[in-house]
Amino acid sequence: MADASIAPAAIAGMFDLLSPNPPGWGGNLLRGLANSLQIAVGAFGMGLLIGTVGAYGKLYGGPLVRDIAAIYTTIVRAVPELVLILLLYYAGTDMINRMLEGLGYQRVDISGLVAGIVVLGFVQGAYATEVLRGAIKSIPQGEIEAARAYGMPPALMMRRITLPAMLPHALPGLANLWLISTKDTALLAVVGFSELTLVTRQAAGTTKAYFLFFIAAGILYLAITLFSNLILGKVEQWARRGMPSVKEAR
Amino acid sequence: MTETPLETPIETFPIHKDRDTSGQARKLPPHRIVLILIGLALVASAIFFMRWDWLPNYGDLILQGLWRTIWILVVTVIIGFLLAVPLGLAQAAGPAVLAVPARVFCTVIRGTPLLLQLWLLYYGLGSLFPQYPWIRGSDLWPYLRQAWPYAVLALSLSYAGYEGEVMRGAFAGVPKGQLESARAFGMPRFTIFRRIWLPQAIHRALPTLAGEAVLQLKSTPLVATITVVDLYSVASRVRQDTYITYEPLLLLAAGYLVITGIIVFLFRRLEKLIPSRLG
Repeated sequence: MADASIAPAAIAGMFDLLSPNPPGWGGNLLRGLANSLQIAVGAFGMGLLIGTVGAYGKLYGGPLVRDIAAIYTTIVRAVPELVLILLLYYAGTDMINRMLEGLGYQRVDISGLVAGIVVLGFVQGAYATEVLRGAIKSIPQGEIEAARAYGMPPALMMRRITLPAMLPHALPGLANLWLISTKDTALLAVVGFSELTLVTRQAAGTTKAYFLFFIAAGILYLAITLFSNLILGKVEQWARRGMPSVKEAR
Repeated sequence: MTETPLETPIETFPIHKDRDTSGQARKLPPHRIVLILIGLALVASAIFFMRWDWLPNYGDLILQGLWRTIWILVVTVIIGFLLAVPLGLAQAAGPAVLAVPARVFCTVIRGTPLLLQLWLLYYGLGSLFPQYPWIRGSDLWPYLRQAWPYAVLALSLSYAGYEGEVMRGAFAGVPKGQLESARAFGMPRFTIFRRIWLPQAIHRALPTLAGEAVLQLKSTPLVATITVVDLYSVASRVRQDTYITYEPLLLLAAGYLVITGIIVFLFRRLEKLIPSRLG
Protein backbone atom coordinates (compact mmCIF):
# COMPACT_ATOMS: atom_id res chain seq x y z
CA MET A 1 0.00 0.00 0.00
CA ALA A 2 1.05 3.59 -0.55
CA ASP A 3 2.74 5.40 2.28
CA ALA A 4 0.62 7.87 4.18
CA SER A 5 3.57 10.22 4.08
CA ILE A 6 3.14 10.85 0.34
CA ALA A 7 0.65 13.59 1.04
CA PRO A 8 0.32 17.39 0.67
CA ALA A 9 3.85 18.05 1.87
CA ALA A 10 5.25 15.80 -0.85
CA ILE A 11 3.17 17.51 -3.50
CA ALA A 12 4.40 20.92 -2.41
CA GLY A 13 7.94 19.54 -2.48
CA MET A 14 7.33 18.33 -6.01
CA PHE A 15 6.65 21.82 -7.24
CA ASP A 16 9.70 23.14 -5.39
CA LEU A 17 11.86 20.58 -7.19
CA LEU A 18 10.41 21.51 -10.58
CA SER A 19 10.50 25.28 -10.07
CA PRO A 20 12.61 27.11 -12.65
CA ASN A 21 14.69 28.98 -10.05
CA PRO A 22 17.99 27.52 -8.80
CA PRO A 23 16.87 25.35 -5.88
CA GLY A 24 14.45 23.69 -8.30
CA TRP A 25 15.60 21.89 -11.45
CA GLY A 26 12.93 23.21 -13.82
CA GLY A 27 15.28 25.72 -15.45
CA ASN A 28 17.88 23.04 -16.16
CA LEU A 29 15.22 20.81 -17.70
CA LEU A 30 14.06 23.62 -19.98
CA ARG A 31 17.64 24.40 -21.03
CA GLY A 32 18.07 20.71 -21.81
CA LEU A 33 14.88 20.81 -23.83
CA ALA A 34 16.16 23.82 -25.79
CA ASN A 35 19.40 21.94 -26.55
CA SER A 36 17.45 18.88 -27.65
CA LEU A 37 15.26 20.95 -29.95
CA GLN A 38 18.25 22.72 -31.50
CA ILE A 39 19.87 19.41 -32.31
CA ALA A 40 16.63 17.92 -33.60
CA VAL A 41 16.02 20.87 -35.95
CA GLY A 42 19.62 20.91 -37.15
CA ALA A 43 19.78 17.17 -37.68
CA PHE A 44 16.46 17.12 -39.49
CA GLY A 45 17.56 19.94 -41.79
CA MET A 46 20.87 18.27 -42.54
CA GLY A 47 19.06 14.99 -43.09
CA LEU A 48 16.79 16.69 -45.63
CA LEU A 49 19.80 18.04 -47.52
CA ILE A 50 21.59 14.69 -47.57
CA GLY A 51 18.31 12.99 -48.39
CA THR A 52 17.62 15.20 -51.40
CA VAL A 53 21.11 14.64 -52.78
CA GLY A 54 20.88 10.92 -52.00
CA ALA A 55 17.46 10.52 -53.59
CA TYR A 56 18.60 12.27 -56.78
CA GLY A 57 21.73 10.14 -56.77
CA LYS A 58 19.74 6.95 -56.34
CA LEU A 59 17.26 7.84 -59.08
CA TYR A 60 19.24 9.71 -61.70
CA GLY A 61 22.88 9.05 -60.79
CA GLY A 62 25.23 6.80 -62.72
CA PRO A 63 25.73 3.19 -61.63
CA LEU A 64 28.61 4.08 -59.33
CA VAL A 65 26.71 6.88 -57.55
CA ARG A 66 23.71 4.61 -57.19
CA ASP A 67 25.75 1.84 -55.58
CA ILE A 68 27.46 4.23 -53.19
CA ALA A 69 24.08 5.65 -52.14
CA ALA A 70 22.78 2.12 -51.62
CA ILE A 71 25.77 1.21 -49.45
CA TYR A 72 25.28 4.37 -47.37
CA THR A 73 21.57 3.79 -46.74
CA THR A 74 21.96 0.07 -46.05
CA ILE A 75 24.77 0.42 -43.54
CA VAL A 76 23.32 3.39 -41.70
CA ARG A 77 19.92 1.74 -41.41
CA ALA A 78 21.32 -1.58 -40.19
CA VAL A 79 23.75 -0.38 -37.53
CA PRO A 80 22.33 0.92 -34.23
CA GLU A 81 22.26 4.70 -33.95
CA LEU A 82 24.12 4.50 -30.67
CA VAL A 83 27.07 2.73 -32.31
CA LEU A 84 27.07 5.16 -35.23
CA ILE A 85 26.96 8.10 -32.86
CA LEU A 86 29.94 6.83 -30.88
CA LEU A 87 31.87 5.92 -34.03
CA LEU A 88 31.24 9.21 -35.81
CA TYR A 89 31.58 11.27 -32.65
CA TYR A 90 35.00 9.92 -31.73
CA ALA A 91 36.28 9.29 -35.22
CA GLY A 92 34.91 12.56 -36.59
CA THR A 93 36.38 14.84 -33.94
CA ASP A 94 39.62 12.89 -33.97
CA MET A 95 39.98 13.07 -37.74
CA ILE A 96 39.27 16.80 -37.92
CA ASN A 97 41.83 17.47 -35.22
CA ARG A 98 44.44 15.33 -36.94
CA MET A 99 43.77 17.12 -40.20
CA LEU A 100 44.12 20.50 -38.50
CA GLU A 101 47.37 19.42 -36.85
CA GLY A 102 48.64 18.11 -40.15
CA LEU A 103 47.96 21.48 -41.72
CA GLY A 104 49.73 23.19 -38.84
CA TYR A 105 46.71 24.62 -37.04
CA GLN A 106 45.75 24.35 -33.39
CA ARG A 107 43.51 21.55 -32.17
CA VAL A 108 39.93 22.70 -31.79
CA ASP A 109 37.28 21.59 -29.35
CA ILE A 110 34.31 20.59 -31.44
CA SER A 111 31.20 21.58 -29.54
CA GLY A 112 28.78 18.85 -28.61
CA LEU A 113 26.03 20.74 -30.38
CA VAL A 114 27.73 20.72 -33.78
CA ALA A 115 28.93 17.15 -33.43
CA GLY A 116 25.46 16.01 -32.40
CA ILE A 117 23.81 17.76 -35.33
CA VAL A 118 26.28 16.34 -37.83
CA VAL A 119 26.09 12.80 -36.47
CA LEU A 120 22.30 12.64 -36.19
CA GLY A 121 21.96 14.41 -39.54
CA PHE A 122 24.11 11.73 -41.15
CA VAL A 123 21.80 9.06 -39.73
CA GLN A 124 18.65 10.96 -40.69
CA GLY A 125 20.00 11.44 -44.20
CA ALA A 126 19.85 7.71 -44.88
CA TYR A 127 16.19 7.49 -43.94
CA ALA A 128 15.36 10.76 -45.73
CA THR A 129 16.98 9.39 -48.90
CA GLU A 130 14.54 6.50 -48.94
CA VAL A 131 11.52 8.68 -48.12
CA LEU A 132 12.31 11.24 -50.83
CA ARG A 133 13.19 8.59 -53.39
CA GLY A 134 9.81 6.97 -52.88
CA ALA A 135 8.06 10.34 -53.06
CA ILE A 136 9.77 11.33 -56.31
CA LYS A 137 8.89 7.97 -57.80
CA SER A 138 5.22 8.44 -56.96
CA ILE A 139 4.93 11.69 -58.94
CA PRO A 140 3.19 11.02 -62.27
CA GLN A 141 6.33 10.72 -64.39
CA GLY A 142 4.64 12.50 -67.32
CA GLU A 143 4.99 15.76 -65.39
CA ILE A 144 8.76 15.39 -65.24
CA GLU A 145 8.99 14.33 -68.87
CA ALA A 146 6.86 17.30 -69.90
CA ALA A 147 9.16 19.66 -68.02
CA ARG A 148 12.16 18.07 -69.71
CA ALA A 149 10.45 18.36 -73.09
CA TYR A 150 10.07 22.09 -72.48
CA GLY A 151 13.83 22.26 -72.11
CA MET A 152 13.74 23.21 -68.43
CA PRO A 153 17.20 23.17 -66.83
CA PRO A 154 17.47 20.52 -64.08
CA ALA A 155 17.72 23.00 -61.18
CA LEU A 156 14.61 24.86 -62.31
CA MET A 157 12.77 21.60 -62.86
CA MET A 158 13.66 20.49 -59.36
CA ARG A 159 12.44 23.77 -57.87
CA ARG A 160 9.28 24.16 -59.91
CA ILE A 161 8.13 20.62 -60.64
CA THR A 162 9.77 17.81 -58.69
CA LEU A 163 9.96 19.25 -55.18
CA PRO A 164 6.43 20.74 -55.05
CA ALA A 165 4.86 17.69 -56.68
CA MET A 166 6.57 15.20 -54.39
CA LEU A 167 5.88 17.16 -51.18
CA PRO A 168 2.46 15.63 -50.40
CA HIS A 169 3.86 12.13 -50.91
CA ALA A 170 6.93 12.82 -48.82
CA LEU A 171 5.27 14.60 -45.90
CA PRO A 172 4.05 11.56 -43.91
CA GLY A 173 7.50 10.01 -44.07
CA LEU A 174 9.21 13.28 -43.27
CA ALA A 175 6.87 13.89 -40.33
CA ASN A 176 7.89 10.48 -39.09
CA LEU A 177 11.57 11.38 -39.45
CA TRP A 178 11.11 14.63 -37.54
CA LEU A 179 9.55 12.73 -34.63
CA ILE A 180 12.39 10.19 -34.71
CA SER A 181 14.90 13.02 -34.76
CA THR A 182 13.39 14.62 -31.64
CA LYS A 183 13.62 11.30 -29.83
CA ASP A 184 17.06 10.34 -31.13
CA THR A 185 18.52 13.41 -29.46
CA ALA A 186 18.15 11.41 -26.23
CA LEU A 187 20.93 9.12 -27.48
CA LEU A 188 23.41 11.98 -27.23
CA ALA A 189 23.04 11.60 -23.46
CA VAL A 190 25.33 8.60 -23.80
CA VAL A 191 28.20 10.70 -25.18
CA GLY A 192 27.65 13.22 -22.40
CA PHE A 193 25.91 16.03 -24.24
CA SER A 194 23.58 17.75 -21.77
CA GLU A 195 20.28 17.45 -23.57
CA LEU A 196 16.96 16.82 -21.86
CA THR A 197 17.42 13.15 -20.94
CA LEU A 198 20.89 13.57 -19.44
CA VAL A 199 19.87 16.69 -17.50
CA THR A 200 16.86 14.77 -16.21
CA ARG A 201 19.05 11.95 -15.03
CA GLN A 202 21.37 14.36 -13.26
CA ALA A 203 18.43 16.06 -11.58
CA ALA A 204 16.89 12.74 -10.61
CA GLY A 205 20.18 11.37 -9.31
CA THR A 206 20.87 14.45 -7.19
CA THR A 207 17.42 14.73 -5.65
CA LYS A 208 16.52 11.01 -5.66
CA ALA A 209 13.10 11.97 -7.06
CA TYR A 210 13.49 9.59 -10.01
CA PHE A 211 9.84 9.21 -10.94
CA LEU A 212 9.09 12.90 -10.75
CA PHE A 213 11.85 14.01 -13.10
CA PHE A 214 11.62 11.19 -15.61
CA ILE A 215 7.87 11.65 -15.88
CA ALA A 216 8.30 15.42 -16.22
CA ALA A 217 10.78 14.88 -19.06
CA GLY A 218 8.42 12.34 -20.62
CA ILE A 219 5.66 14.93 -20.60
CA LEU A 220 7.96 17.44 -22.29
CA TYR A 221 8.87 14.96 -25.04
CA LEU A 222 5.23 13.99 -25.45
CA ALA A 223 4.25 17.65 -25.70
CA ILE A 224 6.78 18.15 -28.53
CA THR A 225 5.41 15.12 -30.33
CA LEU A 226 1.76 16.09 -30.00
CA PHE A 227 2.43 19.71 -30.91
CA SER A 228 4.44 18.61 -33.96
CA ASN A 229 1.60 16.34 -35.01
CA LEU A 230 -0.79 19.27 -34.90
CA ILE A 231 1.47 21.45 -37.06
CA LEU A 232 2.43 18.63 -39.43
CA GLY A 233 -1.24 17.76 -39.94
CA LYS A 234 -1.91 21.35 -40.98
CA VAL A 235 1.12 21.40 -43.30
CA GLU A 236 0.04 18.16 -44.91
CA GLN A 237 -3.46 19.51 -45.43
CA TRP A 238 -1.92 22.54 -47.13
CA ALA A 239 0.41 20.44 -49.29
CA ARG A 240 -2.42 18.16 -50.36
CA ARG A 241 -4.77 21.00 -51.25
CA GLY A 242 -6.67 20.26 -54.41
CA MET A 243 -5.88 16.55 -54.22
CA PRO A 244 -8.57 13.95 -53.54
CA SER A 245 -8.80 13.06 -49.85
CA VAL A 246 -7.19 9.83 -48.73
CA LYS A 247 -10.25 8.80 -46.77
CA GLU A 248 -12.59 9.00 -49.74
CA ALA A 249 -10.27 6.96 -51.88
CA ARG A 250 -10.40 4.04 -49.46
CA MET B 1 -13.10 8.46 -36.21
CA THR B 2 -10.28 10.89 -35.65
CA GLU B 3 -7.12 9.55 -37.18
CA THR B 4 -4.03 10.70 -35.33
CA PRO B 5 -1.07 9.33 -37.22
CA LEU B 6 1.46 9.84 -34.48
CA GLU B 7 4.30 8.22 -36.24
CA THR B 8 3.65 5.54 -38.74
CA PRO B 9 6.17 2.73 -38.48
CA ILE B 10 8.75 2.91 -41.18
CA GLU B 11 9.82 -0.11 -43.12
CA THR B 12 13.51 -0.28 -42.43
CA PHE B 13 13.97 -2.90 -45.05
CA PRO B 14 11.30 -2.85 -47.73
CA ILE B 15 11.88 -6.45 -48.64
CA HIS B 16 9.01 -6.46 -51.09
CA LYS B 17 10.08 -3.62 -53.23
CA ASP B 18 13.38 -4.61 -54.73
CA ARG B 19 12.39 -7.84 -56.35
CA ASP B 20 14.35 -7.28 -59.48
CA THR B 21 15.39 -10.83 -60.22
CA SER B 22 14.45 -10.95 -63.87
CA GLY B 23 17.71 -12.79 -64.26
CA GLN B 24 18.80 -11.22 -67.51
CA ALA B 25 22.03 -9.66 -66.22
CA ARG B 26 23.82 -12.00 -63.86
CA LYS B 27 27.28 -10.68 -64.72
CA LEU B 28 28.82 -8.16 -62.34
CA PRO B 29 29.22 -4.77 -63.97
CA PRO B 30 32.82 -3.48 -63.85
CA HIS B 31 32.18 -0.62 -61.44
CA ARG B 32 30.76 -3.06 -58.94
CA ILE B 33 33.86 -5.24 -59.17
CA VAL B 34 35.93 -2.14 -58.40
CA LEU B 35 33.68 -1.32 -55.44
CA ILE B 36 34.01 -4.86 -54.10
CA LEU B 37 37.80 -4.68 -54.49
CA ILE B 38 37.89 -1.36 -52.64
CA GLY B 39 35.74 -2.90 -49.91
CA LEU B 40 38.06 -5.89 -49.60
CA ALA B 41 41.06 -3.59 -49.52
CA LEU B 42 39.47 -1.58 -46.72
CA VAL B 43 38.75 -4.74 -44.74
CA ALA B 44 42.27 -6.04 -45.33
CA SER B 45 43.87 -2.76 -44.28
CA ALA B 46 41.64 -2.74 -41.21
CA ILE B 47 42.88 -6.22 -40.35
CA PHE B 48 46.56 -5.44 -40.94
CA PHE B 49 46.93 -1.87 -39.76
CA MET B 50 44.59 -1.77 -36.80
CA ARG B 51 45.12 -3.40 -33.44
CA TRP B 52 43.32 -6.68 -32.91
CA ASP B 53 45.58 -8.20 -30.25
CA TRP B 54 42.91 -7.59 -27.62
CA LEU B 55 40.48 -9.86 -29.43
CA PRO B 56 41.52 -13.26 -27.93
CA ASN B 57 41.25 -11.88 -24.38
CA TYR B 58 37.69 -10.81 -24.91
CA GLY B 59 36.46 -13.72 -27.05
CA ASP B 60 34.33 -15.25 -24.29
CA LEU B 61 32.90 -11.92 -23.29
CA ILE B 62 31.96 -11.14 -26.90
CA LEU B 63 30.16 -14.45 -27.30
CA GLN B 64 28.38 -13.88 -24.00
CA GLY B 65 27.35 -10.38 -25.09
CA LEU B 66 26.19 -11.64 -28.47
CA TRP B 67 24.09 -14.29 -26.78
CA ARG B 68 22.60 -11.72 -24.38
CA THR B 69 21.75 -9.35 -27.24
CA ILE B 70 20.02 -12.06 -29.27
CA TRP B 71 18.25 -13.39 -26.21
CA ILE B 72 16.90 -9.96 -25.29
CA LEU B 73 15.89 -9.30 -28.89
CA VAL B 74 13.96 -12.57 -29.27
CA VAL B 75 12.27 -12.42 -25.86
CA THR B 76 11.19 -8.80 -26.16
CA VAL B 77 9.93 -9.23 -29.72
CA ILE B 78 7.80 -12.20 -28.66
CA ILE B 79 6.43 -10.58 -25.48
CA GLY B 80 5.91 -7.30 -27.31
CA PHE B 81 4.05 -8.98 -30.13
CA LEU B 82 1.82 -10.87 -27.70
CA LEU B 83 0.97 -7.55 -26.05
CA ALA B 84 0.52 -5.83 -29.40
CA VAL B 85 -2.24 -8.16 -30.61
CA PRO B 86 -4.74 -7.16 -27.88
CA LEU B 87 -3.58 -3.53 -28.16
CA GLY B 88 -4.22 -3.49 -31.89
CA LEU B 89 -7.50 -5.34 -31.58
CA ALA B 90 -8.75 -2.99 -28.87
CA GLN B 91 -7.99 0.01 -31.04
CA ALA B 92 -9.39 -1.47 -34.23
CA ALA B 93 -12.60 -3.02 -32.95
CA GLY B 94 -12.83 -2.69 -29.18
CA PRO B 95 -15.26 -0.58 -27.16
CA ALA B 96 -14.11 2.89 -26.12
CA VAL B 97 -13.28 1.65 -22.61
CA LEU B 98 -10.52 -0.50 -24.08
CA ALA B 99 -9.71 1.52 -27.20
CA VAL B 100 -8.89 4.77 -25.41
CA PRO B 101 -6.39 3.30 -22.89
CA ALA B 102 -4.76 1.30 -25.69
CA ARG B 103 -4.41 4.41 -27.82
CA VAL B 104 -3.05 6.42 -24.89
CA PHE B 105 -0.51 3.68 -24.17
CA CYS B 106 0.68 3.60 -27.78
CA THR B 107 0.85 7.41 -27.94
CA VAL B 108 2.90 7.68 -24.76
CA ILE B 109 5.30 4.91 -25.74
CA ARG B 110 5.82 6.28 -29.22
CA GLY B 111 6.01 9.89 -28.09
CA THR B 112 8.89 9.50 -25.62
CA PRO B 113 12.44 8.27 -26.18
CA LEU B 114 13.14 4.66 -25.28
CA LEU B 115 16.18 5.70 -23.28
CA LEU B 116 13.93 7.78 -21.03
CA GLN B 117 11.48 4.90 -20.57
CA LEU B 118 14.33 2.57 -19.73
CA TRP B 119 15.80 4.93 -17.15
CA LEU B 120 12.35 5.67 -15.69
CA LEU B 121 11.75 1.97 -15.09
CA TYR B 122 15.24 1.11 -13.91
CA TYR B 123 16.00 4.07 -11.68
CA GLY B 124 12.38 4.85 -10.79
CA LEU B 125 11.10 1.39 -9.94
CA GLY B 126 14.54 0.38 -8.76
CA SER B 127 14.51 3.14 -6.17
CA LEU B 128 10.88 2.50 -5.21
CA PHE B 129 10.94 -1.26 -4.65
CA PRO B 130 13.46 -1.44 -1.78
CA GLN B 131 11.18 0.79 0.30
CA TYR B 132 8.60 -1.97 0.63
CA PRO B 133 9.54 -4.81 2.97
CA TRP B 134 7.12 -7.26 1.39
CA ILE B 135 8.79 -6.86 -2.00
CA ARG B 136 12.21 -7.33 -0.46
CA GLY B 137 10.93 -10.44 1.27
CA SER B 138 9.30 -11.96 -1.80
CA ASP B 139 10.80 -14.66 -3.98
CA LEU B 140 11.07 -12.26 -6.90
CA TRP B 141 13.50 -9.97 -5.12
CA PRO B 142 16.70 -11.65 -6.35
CA TYR B 143 15.50 -10.95 -9.89
CA LEU B 144 14.24 -7.44 -9.20
CA ARG B 145 17.68 -6.49 -7.91
CA GLN B 146 19.24 -7.24 -11.29
CA ALA B 147 19.07 -4.97 -14.29
CA TRP B 148 17.86 -7.31 -17.01
CA PRO B 149 14.19 -7.59 -15.92
CA TYR B 150 13.87 -3.83 -16.34
CA ALA B 151 15.57 -3.99 -19.73
CA VAL B 152 13.22 -6.74 -20.91
CA LEU B 153 10.19 -4.89 -19.54
CA ALA B 154 11.10 -1.57 -21.16
CA LEU B 155 11.98 -3.07 -24.55
CA SER B 156 8.85 -5.27 -24.57
CA LEU B 157 6.58 -2.34 -23.77
CA SER B 158 8.28 -0.23 -26.42
CA TYR B 159 7.88 -2.93 -29.07
CA ALA B 160 4.25 -3.43 -28.00
CA GLY B 161 3.59 0.29 -28.36
CA TYR B 162 4.95 0.51 -31.89
CA GLU B 163 3.56 -2.83 -32.95
CA GLY B 164 0.13 -2.15 -31.44
CA GLU B 165 -0.24 0.64 -33.95
CA VAL B 166 0.85 -1.63 -36.80
CA MET B 167 -1.57 -4.35 -35.71
CA ARG B 168 -4.39 -1.80 -35.46
CA GLY B 169 -3.91 -1.00 -39.13
CA ALA B 170 -3.54 -4.67 -40.00
CA PHE B 171 -6.72 -5.68 -38.19
CA ALA B 172 -8.63 -2.81 -39.74
CA GLY B 173 -7.27 -3.71 -43.17
CA VAL B 174 -8.68 -7.23 -43.31
CA PRO B 175 -11.60 -7.08 -45.78
CA LYS B 176 -14.97 -6.92 -44.05
CA GLY B 177 -16.37 -9.58 -46.39
CA GLN B 178 -13.98 -12.18 -44.94
CA LEU B 179 -15.31 -11.65 -41.43
CA GLU B 180 -18.92 -11.48 -42.61
CA SER B 181 -18.71 -14.73 -44.51
CA ALA B 182 -17.10 -16.41 -41.49
CA ARG B 183 -19.99 -15.17 -39.40
CA ALA B 184 -22.43 -16.41 -42.06
CA PHE B 185 -20.88 -19.86 -41.67
CA GLY B 186 -21.87 -19.69 -38.02
CA MET B 187 -18.30 -19.58 -36.75
CA PRO B 188 -18.00 -18.65 -33.07
CA ARG B 189 -16.35 -15.30 -32.48
CA PHE B 190 -13.12 -16.67 -31.09
CA THR B 191 -12.78 -19.10 -33.99
CA ILE B 192 -13.25 -16.22 -36.42
CA PHE B 193 -10.47 -14.39 -34.67
CA ARG B 194 -8.16 -17.39 -34.56
CA ARG B 195 -8.77 -18.73 -38.05
CA ILE B 196 -9.62 -15.70 -40.17
CA TRP B 197 -8.84 -12.37 -38.61
CA LEU B 198 -5.50 -12.90 -36.87
CA PRO B 199 -3.75 -14.86 -39.65
CA GLN B 200 -4.72 -12.34 -42.31
CA ALA B 201 -3.73 -9.42 -40.10
CA ILE B 202 -0.33 -10.98 -39.36
CA HIS B 203 0.24 -11.61 -43.04
CA ARG B 204 -0.47 -7.96 -43.77
CA ALA B 205 1.79 -6.77 -40.99
CA LEU B 206 4.70 -9.13 -41.75
CA PRO B 207 6.84 -6.77 -43.87
CA THR B 208 6.46 -4.06 -41.25
CA LEU B 209 7.15 -6.57 -38.50
CA ALA B 210 10.47 -7.38 -40.15
CA GLY B 211 11.39 -3.69 -40.22
CA GLU B 212 10.32 -3.29 -36.61
CA ALA B 213 12.39 -6.29 -35.55
CA VAL B 214 15.44 -4.60 -37.08
CA LEU B 215 14.57 -1.39 -35.24
CA GLN B 216 14.26 -3.41 -32.04
CA LEU B 217 17.72 -4.89 -32.61
CA LYS B 218 19.01 -1.37 -33.00
CA SER B 219 17.50 -0.37 -29.66
CA THR B 220 19.07 -3.24 -27.73
CA PRO B 221 22.40 -1.44 -27.14
CA LEU B 222 20.51 1.02 -24.92
CA VAL B 223 20.31 -1.66 -22.22
CA ALA B 224 24.05 -1.24 -21.76
CA THR B 225 23.29 2.09 -20.08
CA ILE B 226 21.62 0.22 -17.21
CA THR B 227 24.52 -2.19 -16.73
CA VAL B 228 23.18 -5.13 -18.73
CA VAL B 229 26.18 -6.77 -20.41
CA ASP B 230 25.22 -7.05 -24.07
CA LEU B 231 27.28 -6.99 -27.26
CA TYR B 232 27.55 -3.21 -27.20
CA SER B 233 28.73 -3.01 -23.62
CA VAL B 234 31.59 -5.38 -24.43
CA ALA B 235 32.89 -2.78 -26.88
CA SER B 236 32.80 -0.03 -24.29
CA ARG B 237 34.48 -2.37 -21.82
CA VAL B 238 37.32 -2.94 -24.29
CA ARG B 239 37.60 0.80 -24.77
CA GLN B 240 37.85 1.40 -21.04
CA ASP B 241 40.37 -1.37 -20.47
CA THR B 242 42.70 -0.84 -23.41
CA TYR B 243 42.00 2.69 -24.71
CA ILE B 244 41.35 1.19 -28.14
CA THR B 245 38.39 3.08 -29.57
CA TYR B 246 37.71 2.31 -33.20
CA GLU B 247 38.41 -1.39 -33.57
CA PRO B 248 35.75 -2.65 -31.14
CA LEU B 249 33.20 -0.22 -32.53
CA LEU B 250 33.88 -1.29 -36.11
CA LEU B 251 33.62 -4.93 -35.13
CA LEU B 252 30.39 -4.10 -33.33
CA ALA B 253 28.94 -2.38 -36.40
CA ALA B 254 29.85 -5.40 -38.51
CA GLY B 255 28.21 -7.67 -35.96
CA TYR B 256 24.97 -5.72 -36.04
CA LEU B 257 25.03 -5.70 -39.85
CA VAL B 258 25.25 -9.48 -39.84
CA ILE B 259 22.41 -9.87 -37.32
CA THR B 260 20.26 -7.49 -39.39
CA GLY B 261 20.96 -9.57 -42.47
CA ILE B 262 19.88 -12.70 -40.59
CA ILE B 263 16.64 -11.07 -39.39
CA VAL B 264 15.74 -9.90 -42.89
CA PHE B 265 16.54 -13.36 -44.27
CA LEU B 266 14.43 -15.13 -41.62
CA PHE B 267 11.42 -12.90 -42.19
CA ARG B 268 11.70 -13.40 -45.94
CA ARG B 269 11.62 -17.15 -45.35
CA LEU B 270 8.64 -16.73 -43.05
CA GLU B 271 6.80 -14.76 -45.68
CA LYS B 272 7.43 -17.39 -48.31
CA LEU B 273 5.68 -19.92 -46.07
CA ILE B 274 2.43 -18.04 -46.51
CA PRO B 275 0.86 -18.54 -49.92
CA SER B 276 -0.13 -15.25 -51.48
CA ARG B 277 -1.40 -14.12 -54.81
CA LEU B 278 -0.56 -10.74 -56.25
CA GLY B 279 -3.72 -9.20 -57.70
